[in-house]
Amino acid sequence: MPDIVFRTEDITKVYDTGDVKVHALDGVDLQLYSGELTVLLGPSGSGKSTLLNILGGLDHATDGHVWFRQTELTDMTNRELTKYRRDHVGFVFQFYNLVPSLTARENVQLVTDVAHDPMSAAEALGLVGLDHRMDHFPSEMSGGEQQRVAIARAIAKRPDILLCDEPTGALDSSTGIQVLEVLQSINDRFGTTTVVITHNAEIRRMAHRVIYFRDGKISETQVNDHRLAPSEIKW
Amino acid sequence: MQAIDRKLLRDFKRLWVQALAIALVLACGVTILLTSLGMYQALTETRAAYYERNRFADVFAETRRAPISLMQEIADIDGVLTAEARVSGTAILDLPERPRTATGRILSLPEAHAPVLNIPLLRWGRLPDPNATDEVMVNEPFALANGFEYGDQFSANLNGQKRTLTVVGAALSPEFIYTIGPGALMPDNEYYGILWMSERTVAAAFDMTGAFNGVTLALATGSTEKDVIDRLDDILEPYGGLGAYGRDLHLSDSFIDAEISQLRGMAMVLPPIFFGISAFLVSMVMGRIIALERSEIGLLKAVGYSNTEVCLHYLMLAGLIAVLGICIGWAMGTWLARGMALQYAQFFDFPFVIFRLSYWVYAAAGLAALLTTTLGAMRSALAAAWLAPAIAMQPPTPPRFKRSWLDRMMTALRLSQPTIMILRSFFRWPGRSFLTCLGLSLAVASVIASLFVSDALDEIIETAFFQTNRQDAIVIFTDDLPETALTEVLALPGVLKAEPQQYHTAILRNGYLSKRVAIEARPPNTDLSRVMSADDVVISAPPGGILLSERLADQLDARPGDVIDAEFLTGRRETLALPVTGLVEQHFGLGAYVDLNYINAQFRQIPQMSVANISLDSARLPDLHLALKELPKLSGLVEMNENREAFQETIQQNVAVMNTVYITIAILITIGVAYNGARIQLSERARELASLRILGFGRGEVSYILVGETMFLTLLAQPLGWLIGAYIARLMTNAFSSDLYAIPLVLELDTFALASLIVLTVAFASAMVVRRRLDRLDLVSVMKTRE
Repeated sequence: MPDIVFRTEDITKVYDTGDVKVHALDGVDLQLYSGELTVLLGPSGSGKSTLLNILGGLDHATDGHVWFRQTELTDMTNRELTKYRRDHVGFVFQFYNLVPSLTARENVQLVTDVAHDPMSAAEALGLVGLDHRMDHFPSEMSGGEQQRVAIARAIAKRPDILLCDEPTGALDSSTGIQVLEVLQSINDRFGTTTVVITHNAEIRRMAHRVIYFRDGKISETQVNDHRLAPSEIKW
Repeated sequence: MQAIDRKLLRDFKRLWVQALAIALVLACGVTILLTSLGMYQALTETRAAYYERNRFADVFAETRRAPISLMQEIADIDGVLTAEARVSGTAILDLPERPRTATGRILSLPEAHAPVLNIPLLRWGRLPDPNATDEVMVNEPFALANGFEYGDQFSANLNGQKRTLTVVGAALSPEFIYTIGPGALMPDNEYYGILWMSERTVAAAFDMTGAFNGVTLALATGSTEKDVIDRLDDILEPYGGLGAYGRDLHLSDSFIDAEISQLRGMAMVLPPIFFGISAFLVSMVMGRIIALERSEIGLLKAVGYSNTEVCLHYLMLAGLIAVLGICIGWAMGTWLARGMALQYAQFFDFPFVIFRLSYWVYAAAGLAALLTTTLGAMRSALAAAWLAPAIAMQPPTPPRFKRSWLDRMMTALRLSQPTIMILRSFFRWPGRSFLTCLGLSLAVASVIASLFVSDALDEIIETAFFQTNRQDAIVIFTDDLPETALTEVLALPGVLKAEPQQYHTAILRNGYLSKRVAIEARPPNTDLSRVMSADDVVISAPPGGILLSERLADQLDARPGDVIDAEFLTGRRETLALPVTGLVEQHFGLGAYVDLNYINAQFRQIPQMSVANISLDSARLPDLHLALKELPKLSGLVEMNENREAFQETIQQNVAVMNTVYITIAILITIGVAYNGARIQLSERARELASLRILGFGRGEVSYILVGETMFLTLLAQPLGWLIGAYIARLMTNAFSSDLYAIPLVLELDTFALASLIVLTVAFASAMVVRRRLDRLDLVSVMKTRE
């Protein structure tokens, strides 16, 4: 049995907007294992992103407990969460979130400058096949390339976990598949625990495990006995 | 260089126009702080060093005629370090190739030893030979203005004796840093000079052999000036002492003092205004940058940057703006301070200027600018630091608008949607709208604060020259003459009318308050020289009463009806109790007026006069000058036209410089506020405006929203600007008011109109520059932008 990387216990997240209370997460119990590629599936507003934010230390749960390995995240101060993100977590976002005023290399350096034992920006960009585009600005790159820069940025610190929120959401299918290939190769090569949120049900086929969300709860968990390579996926 | 620092530099490069607009406002603050503090320091240090090196006296006294033996008693006064006697007088000078008469103040140089106080600093040539009766050393500005060289000659009427004098040298003296002749408003180096001659020559000419009529003292450290003055007055009283005074009443020193306190006032009032506006602009721009970079902030945090690092990142962006402003300010300040030092050199005759802007002045100006900018950015930077990363990654919630009575009113008024958008944005961000208005209103105020001075000067000239001093010239006598001499004055070529006037030095006392002034005694209902009340009514002092200028009345806390004591230091040195019968509006000096006949009666003297006011046939002016050059008992002729023109010319130069500086400042503030405001609006509304364009609105209609909001705020800023401008003008009239002169508060409609016109035009131009970006707006890409 592989190590447990994340464990959550009855976590809830309530957004209080004054007039209305929104239960984004409503008692989620979950375990994620080392080296596993997990896909979170579910409609908008089902709580996937909220969970990802809490796992990534971007947000606090309203109630319940979250452990990263032996450490409980729920009790961490903001300062401790910053250190946790800096040392352990890599993020990939739907809209890439690159800094437009920095080149691809410099966007990756944003992370390597503050990480503990990073690879070089060039190496990270090489891993995503962008060695030839290192000195281009985001505005000079296609969406797929931008997302690959974002992945390079996420993996450059050699993170323990890679959290991807709709990484192919803004891309066409062939570019999306390229991005998924990069994610899978990172997962295979470094054994990085990877969580991918998606609306695209087809992507579930490449995961070790698929977790379905509905109304802030896990509705179903599925283990893939036979994983497809990204190139075999079509949408 | 770290990637985050590269981001900082590139952000700064991208924002350079906005950054420059703010930096220029900040630079104004730094410049003014540097210039005023620099000049303050330069003037203070130069004066101190000059006084120290050339032993400027601490106490001065004039007397009619005191025996030289009295000097031992004076030197023995407790607290006196050095005492020096001298003889002084005035003389009409006949300068070669000058048709007009000039006036010379003649001072004796000690014979037995070199001067020990107020030591003249020889600039060229040598001191007059003690035995030579025709050698003279003149003050350097007088020599320069008249092109004197060693050996040049001119003639002087020394107490009735016409003598040819030979120039042997030129000097500067700490007593005459600001050299102004009797009755003149401005220095006139061509026609007024200081003449140093050997003691025996001057004494012989003014009948002072074995006597003196002036004494100067240096005081020991720790001595009390007032005690020494009281003792000196007691000693000199039997010999016609005119009351001793300290440096504070010394004419030349008073002018430098007035300038120094103006510089200090300028350093304290203006820079904080600029720093305040810069802080607001920085806060406005940083607020917007942080709103735009919301997701980047989220990202930085997501990848592990701490709150402090994010906060510092944005503070450093503001810091770069400050650094730009400080550098521009340092450069401009250094340049302007040098320029001002040169301008001062025109008015003040210093042999050297200690001009070095100390490092601490640069450091203080820089630090003040950096601190205010940081303060301005602090709120936004902290907001960035506190922004929860998960929330930062999401698009911001749209601003909340709620229907209120304003909306119902706007609907009822049937305003167009674009107008409603403008108004709603105004009410949605009332704080920001108010601060924008405040910034623009300060620009309006800046123009008013400089333009009003022109009107005030017109008023001064109107009052001083056309309403009150209507004489063409004043004939000043060396000593009081019997009034019968008026017949001789009337007989001079070109003189149409002549009126007598007396001057008396007196100490006015009201309770514990006292002031040493020159009292003017004049016949009732004079026509040439008159005094007027604040409501422009000609008034005269009734026999037994006294009229006071408003500022003098304030200083003595005396109101009409109060009885004050006038201790005359001339005549029989009597003290008269005089009721204040009226107040006089006067902008030059601290005037006090009594009835001439009453004074003659009180002094038990035949009617006398110190000066005669005359009206002239201007065609015969050259003949008059020719005649005056030969006349004894005359110490000068003050021509009012020359006086007025010299005043106007000098003041107009200064006012032109001041207007240029203040209007430039107003323009920079307006650009800073309006341009940045419009840019922020454009960035906030880009999607909105693009949507309107897609919906079919024309460029003009869309521009209306952008430019309309800027102009709406600018219009709203006007009344506030007028109020603040009037208030600053009032502060300035108070700050510039001294015993020497006062500036009246004259606020004309034109001033307000011009101030508004300048600010509205510049604001419109700034908004139009931003508007051009609307034409370049890529409708499709704007609509695709996530935010």
